[in-house]
Amino acid sequence: MTPLAAYLLLSAVLFSIGLAGALTRRNAIIVLIGIELMLNAANLNFIAFWRFGENPEALTGVLFAIFSIGIAAAEAAVGLALIIAIYRHYRTANVDEVNSLKG
Amino acid sequence: MAVLTIAAAVAAMTLRNLVHCALALTVAFAGLAAAYLQLDAQFVGFAQIFVYIGAVAILLVFAILLTRGGEVPGQSVFSSSWVWGGLAALAVFATLAWAIQNSFASQREPAETVQASVKQIGDALMTQYVLPLEVIGLLLTAAMIGAVIIAMKEEGKE
Repeated sequence: MTPLAAYLLLSAVLFSIGLAGALTRRNAIIVLIGIELMLNAANLNFIAFWRFGENPEALTGVLFAIFSIGIAAAEAAVGLALIIAIYRHYRTANVDEVNSLKG
Repeated sequence: MAVLTIAAAVAAMTLRNLVHCALALTVAFAGLAAAYLQLDAQFVGFAQIFVYIGAVAILLVFAILLTRGGEVPGQSVFSSSWVWGGLAALAVFATLAWAIQNSFASQREPAETVQASVKQIGDALMTQYVLPLEVIGLLLTAAMIGAVIIAMKEEGKE
């Protein structure tokens, strides 16, 4: 079976790619995609540690991952609604141009 | 599998056309679902496919088309401070990789057989984890109502 370190490294790579995307891209939707990628990397860690952990029959990691997926879905819905509201107001989804709180 | 997932994630973060980004992201989510199945977490793997490939990807494509993100921008797709963002991400990855290589937990052997059937997960959700389940139901309802209100047209405008 693939060692635990391989899964952890895959998760670290995905997290860093998501962080780089969230920090460097101009479009707000890609920033949100980067955040989703980071959440997914964290979920992979939960599952990997559950599989390699002390007592997997407790199902703690699996249930944490399920709740985390649910929260990520709520976050995606609210985030995209905010982006659509900002787009309607500013006519742009570019995070560099949206720089004032008072429209 | 891991290489495909990483390549799709890189493509999702670097392509110019936003619709292509969303499609590459779908491939990355599918790769993660395969990793969950490899780790004997069937239910989470299928939940990943349903929630991310089925719902979140469709939602992203809708948002991209609604904000006219399908048009390829003329200017650079990276923001003005991209050097610092890239450096921060590299530093985070270096720290994580160093910690993983030096951790004694990386040498652990997995348990021989792991049972995570849907019945067991359902039992746990209905007994020990029933309060978190209720809370997440409330959270999803609140998020849905909030998203609809935020995205609704403002009264008296337009």
